This record gives sequence, structure tokens and C-alpha cells, in this order.
Amino acid sequence: MSELLQQLINGLALGAIYALIALGYTMVYGVLRFINFAHSDVFMIGAFAGYFLARVVPGGSIGAGIVILIGAMAVCALLGVVIEKLAYRPLRGRSTLTVLITAIGVSLLLQNVGQRIFGANPRSFPSIFPVHQFHFGGIVLSSTQILVFVVTLVLLFLLRYIVLHTRIGTAMRALSFNPTAASLVGINNDRVISFTFALGSALAAAGGILYASNYPSIDPLMGTLPGMKAFVAAVLGGIGNIAGAAVGGLVLGMVETTVVGFGGSTYRDAVAFAVLILILLLRPEGLLGKRTAEKV
Amino acid sequence: MLRVENLSVSYGAIRALHDVSFEVPQGHIVTLIGSNGAGKSTTLRTISGLIKSTGGQISYDGAAIKGLPAHEIVSRGLCHVPEGRMVFANLTVRENLMMGAYLQRDAALINKERDYVFSVFPRLSEREKQLAGTLSGGEQQMLAIGRALMGRPRFLMLDEPSLGIAPLLVKAIFQQIVEINRERGITILLVEQNANLALEIATFGYVLETGRVILQDQAAALRSDPKVRSAYLGG
Repeated sequence: MSELLQQLINGLALGAIYALIALGYTMVYGVLRFINFAHSDVFMIGAFAGYFLARVVPGGSIGAGIVILIGAMAVCALLGVVIEKLAYRPLRGRSTLTVLITAIGVSLLLQNVGQRIFGANPRSFPSIFPVHQFHFGGIVLSSTQILVFVVTLVLLFLLRYIVLHTRIGTAMRALSFNPTAASLVGINNDRVISFTFALGSALAAAGGILYASNYPSIDPLMGTLPGMKAFVAAVLGGIGNIAGAAVGGLVLGMVETTVVGFGGSTYRDAVAFAVLILILLLRPEGLLGKRTAEKV
Repeated sequence: MLRVENLSVSYGAIRALHDVSFEVPQGHIVTLIGSNGAGKSTTLRTISGLIKSTGGQISYDGAAIKGLPAHEIVSRGLCHVPEGRMVFANLTVRENLMMGAYLQRDAALINKERDYVFSVFPRLSEREKQLAGTLSGGEQQMLAIGRALMGRPRFLMLDEPSLGIAPLLVKAIFQQIVEINRERGITILLVEQNANLALEIATFGYVLETGRVILQDQAAALRSDPKVRSAYLGG
């Protein structure tokens, strides 16, 4: 029983990180109808931003940790806006395939520039938040896991508030439903798209920092696998659906750790993609797709 | 207030508009009538900045607006209610109206405007919390017009407000269009396939055929014109 509970906790912590990354895929899909493959590398840059910020702001306390977290989120928000402006905006109105291939190009560019600047060797990620272990009976809960839950929950509620209750969030939903109608009420679609990239990229940065705090080794190619899995999570929940991305991330994280828990750790990555194939075969609209009217 | 001169638009190799010219004086209701594919919607979409023209001039309020992005044109008080209504089906009626006031910052003014819209279309206030996608066609048309009113326009372009709507509601909506024009002094450019209805409330009309203006006159004169009667008014 405690074994199962332990796996559940580990799974939720991993899933929460997938959820944070998946939100970026799904929001960008919502407004532009394409998969931003460079998103996983923004996640990587987020971890590196945290790494370098920790040199300026020595970590170890909650306050310093929050400063580093927010700093990395700001760096990535800016990066997301720049990527959109330079790479995707000039292609507005072109076929989705063109934009998709460009996204892959941006992803490769970030990975290779990352290797050029940061070097290809993994670096160990510092403990930017205080580290403790809590024991409850047979269950171990690390402070990093608690951190993952708290940060993810706070960010999810913040995002929910922005999307449902602010002017720009409502504009995101309007744009996602009909860009022409959005421009006819005076929405500057480009500005809303920029905002969407900023929001998604900031969440990816938070994911990057949390991931690096959990698995403290970072390198320029670290985004690929978690990025792919977060993409699976977004599809699992229903691409374009914000609640779906969160649910998809948590489900995928738990499936993955359950497989590991039953001794199948060799197959942990294969399982994620098996889930993708299954969902595409059985329910291509995703778990929450179509059933909810709220799409971004 | 709006002057269109020699406007030409092409979709690839196909010319959709040939040197279309017309004028809408302030405070009037002017209508563009014509059959399906005559270029009526294309004309409106070009004026509101959704389509790029290949030639000609558009001046609004004395300023050239051709080539400006759509959201900029809206900000000058020229608002387009598109064909097919295009309400945000995934937002509530209230949120749709809020989006109509996207460029307004003054909360008190927005509330005042919403009260006005609800007084014009009381049905919308009954449906305030409903998703727009659950409304009937007529209610969606009311919402589309209401959403445009929220932006406090001085000039309204309406594209086929009668399309696919129960006849009883069409009557009500057209009465409200006249009201909006009289009470608010909002100038209106109305595009309709239902020429009878349009010429009833307009002061002046233009007849479009295959992308050209082939006739223009006072609405009353057009209604009695034998050519118009046989082609557009059902004899």
C-alpha cells in the first residue's frame, strides 16, 4: 500500500512538470494551430537560466529560489516572444506544414547554439531551494516534490485566472475560436499571440527549473525527451484544451512511474509513446477534447 | 463619411471587384444589394481591412484607411458585423459583449453601453451567462450587432443580417437597425440579398453585379425600377 502511494506521489510530481510544459504546446496550438517543437528547448533554456541566475543569487533559501524561478520565467517569456516574432510571424497565413518545419528548425538551432555556448557536457544543477526529506510511515516525500506541487498548483490557478477572467485571456479564447472575428472587434491578434508565447514559455521555464531540481543534471539536449512526453500529454488531454493539458500531464506521469514501479523501468519512455498511439487510435480528440467548450 | 473610389480586388487570377465606387453620407443607411457572388461581402471585407485591394481608394472621415490592419480600422469607429455572424461560440454572451468593448477602457462607459445593448435586444440579457454557441441564429445575429455596438462605433457595416433567420426575428432586427441609426446617429452600410427589406429602410442603394456597380439611386426609386424589380425584388 505504501509502495503504491509512494509511486503515486512520484508520478504526480513528474506529471506536474509534464503538465507545465504541455500547457505551452496546447496554448500555442490554440491560437496558431501548430505544434511549436521549439517549446522543449525553451524548457532547456529555462533550466540554464536558473543555473546561471543561481550564480548571481545564491540559492538555498525559499526567497532566493523564488527570485531565480521568476527570473528564469522572465527570460524564457522574452525568448518565446522573440522566437515567435522572428520565426513564426513572417509565416502568418502560410501552410501549417511550413510553420511546423520552421519550428523544428528553431528547435535544432536552440539545441546547437546551446551546445556551442554551454558546452555539450552535463552540468550539475545547484539546489536553489532548501532540500529536506520528510518521512511519513514508509513514504518519503522530498521538499523538491512538495515544491513541484506547490509551484504547479499556483501557476495553474494563475493561468486559469488569466485565461478565464482577464481581458487578454478572454481575447486568447476569442482568437482561438475565430481570428477574423477577433480582429473585427479590435483585438490586435499579433499582440495576443505574443502574450500566449510569453505565457507558455514562462511555464516551460518553471518546468525546466523544477525538472532540474528533481533530476539535477542539465545539458543542451535535455529538453527533447520531457518535451516529447509533454507533447504526448497535451494530445492525451486534448490538444488546444488547457485543462486537458494539465490532466494529460498528471496521467502520463503516473502511468510512467507505475510502469517503473512494476519493474519495467526499461520501458518507461516506450510507455509514453504507446499512450500516444493508443489515444490517437481510440480517442483522437483526447480525454477532455470536445467535451468542454473552453478552448484556448 | 465613407467614400470608396475605383476599388478593385482580385482573388488570385479572379477579379472580384472592378472599379467599385460609392459613397455613404453621415447619418444615412445605404445599402449594397445584388445576388450571390456579386462582390458585396468582398467590398465590406476590403473596407474593414480583412482583404487587400489591388487598386482604388477608401476614405473614412476624411482619412485614407486602405491598407490599415483590421483592428486599427475598428479603433476609428468603423465596425463590421460579418456575414455568418461569427460570434465567439466558446464564450458567454456577456464575454462576447466584453470583447466587443475590447478597445474601451472606461468600465463605467462599458456598463452603460451594455445596458443600451440589452435595451435594444432584451433577449441578450436573458441569455447573458449562456455560451453564444447555444443561441438561435436570430439571437446570434442580435449578439453580433450588440457586440459591434459595444465598441461605440460611428459607422456600422452589416453583412446579410437576415441570412438564415426566422422571418419574425428578421423584422425585429431590421426595426432595431433603424432605431440604432436614428437614436444613436450611427451611419450604416447594409449588405443584403433580401433587397426588398434593405431598400425599405435605406435612403440610397447601389446594385452590384459580378463585381461592378451597375445601378445607383434613391432607395425608393430603385424599388420602383423595373430592372431591379424583375432581377432582385421577385417581379
